[in-house]
Amino acid sequence: MNTSTGYAPRNYKIVKHKDKTLLEVAMGPHHPSTHGVFRMDVKLDGETIIDLIPYFGYLHRNHEKLAEDMTYFSTMPYTDRLDYLCSMTNNWAYALTVEKLANISVPERAEYIRVIIGELTRLVNHMLLVGFYINDLGAIGTPLLYALREREKILDLFEWASGARMMCNYLRFGGIREDVSDEWLASCNKLVDAFPYFLDEYDQLLTGNEIVISRSQGVGVLSKELAINAGITGPMLRASGVNYDLRKTDSYSIYDRFNFRVPLGQFGDCYDRFMLRLLEMRESITILKQALRDIPKGEIQSKVPPVLKPKPGEAYGRIESPKGELGFYLVSDGSVNPYRYRVRPPSLINLTLLRDLCIGHKLADTIIIFGSIDIVLGEVDR
Amino acid sequence: MNGQGILKGMLVTAKNFFGSYVSRERLTTVSYPEGGNTIKEQSRNIPFLVFDGEDPVAGMRCTACQKCEKACPPQCIFIEKDKDERGKALQRPKVFDIDASVCMGCQICVEVCPFESIWMDSNFELSTFNRFEGLQFNREKLLKSNTYFHKIHPQQAQASDDRLAEKERKRLEREAARRAEKSASEPQV
Repeated sequence: MNTSTGYAPRNYKIVKHKDKTLLEVAMGPHHPSTHGVFRMDVKLDGETIIDLIPYFGYLHRNHEKLAEDMTYFSTMPYTDRLDYLCSMTNNWAYALTVEKLANISVPERAEYIRVIIGELTRLVNHMLLVGFYINDLGAIGTPLLYALREREKILDLFEWASGARMMCNYLRFGGIREDVSDEWLASCNKLVDAFPYFLDEYDQLLTGNEIVISRSQGVGVLSKELAINAGITGPMLRASGVNYDLRKTDSYSIYDRFNFRVPLGQFGDCYDRFMLRLLEMRESITILKQALRDIPKGEIQSKVPPVLKPKPGEAYGRIESPKGELGFYLVSDGSVNPYRYRVRPPSLINLTLLRDLCIGHKLADTIIIFGSIDIVLGEVDR
Repeated sequence: MNGQGILKGMLVTAKNFFGSYVSRERLTTVSYPEGGNTIKEQSRNIPFLVFDGEDPVAGMRCTACQKCEKACPPQCIFIEKDKDERGKALQRPKVFDIDASVCMGCQICVEVCPFESIWMDSNFELSTFNRFEGLQFNREKLLKSNTYFHKIHPQQAQASDDRLAEKERKRLEREAARRAEKSASEPQV
């Protein structure tokens, strides 16, 4: 082993690259900042990143193939475990696809409840992202715990409605499992009214903070062209200034009834991505207010055959999940199991640009770039 | 001014820190296990079997129809039908095992059960020193009384009782109608 640097531990590789001595470091798979089991092989010149190779698949659990051996309904609880922070939107995307495949309609009230829990899930996800992003920047503890505190209030609502905090398994084809009570709606209203105060507090705590600005502005800049070419979706794309929100372009479910704006970034750096989430939370609040005002009474479940056998055909359903475009592609051959089941995970596709974003920055910036992409390894590896 | 943002942030932290001594809303944690029960009424963790009355085996609602066994996505339920001395199948399970290490608490067994027999328990303190036998829940461990069900999920239990009473009423009505039909047809013969 070449010991010319003198300080590198023996198991670290030291490679020659264009008459420079580079250090090859494996970050992960058990690194606290990787938000799961994920490994990056980083080639370093001093502290600057020359090359980065991501390795994923540590959490692979054969989700797609398993789903092809199960009935359509049995897969529903497994979709919770894709992106385990926002299980409701995963349920929603899957239910939407099966409804498309089997021509199932959804009652009005169920659509409203879906929008309410979908937007609450967006709050949960963005709050976690913002908290963990600040945690990655080095403010360990306090801002993250404030975010978790508010998230827990929403998870309490989820538990009240569905029985579980995170693995909700709440949506059904053609509706939802259980109706929400008036008390639930009242406490949801209360939470929605109180939430902007928390966001103001969080803004005061962080957005003007000099350390946050100097660490994240100009770091990990993603250009518009590259973002579109790489198929990036969700807040990461919008932070680069591309106006593309499936809630507006597709207006799936009943999103065409709500009046809301789509925040856009200007520079596409980490700070834009961070601020965009904070602004999106405020827009979610306006959607929630409208939905809670307009929610009608009535049925929550349409008639669905107990054994679902869709006609042979295919369907692709997609929704704007908090992380981006979450799509499910199903092919039916007329039996009880799907012939082909495929997930289009926003996390994985957003993660593919990690190398391009990181090269040229310092090693410590990798962690915040990685944090600002917003991934969940459960969805990346499936 | 440089440093202003940090000072503002520190103000927020101070407000939260001192606020936790004054306002109950800012104090968000409870001490476990002595800090009281924070379980929601609807919370679910692992299935259990309900029995009516005093005797667990005689009052068992489960009829071993095996619908939950077939519907369970991770296939953690194992049912074997009970038989009498002559080998005739009885309407109750002899073996009803749930592997707690496999069960993911999705509540699908509860949804498919037509006899209001299997419900979700909210007990989450399932840790054991014996991970093989300790996490294999057999029939005796799963059977819990209707009183317990009423204690943990009052609304669900009441709704379930109402549905069962309605079913029983309809059955009695049908029986009475059949008997009346029979007695009406008898004199003509």
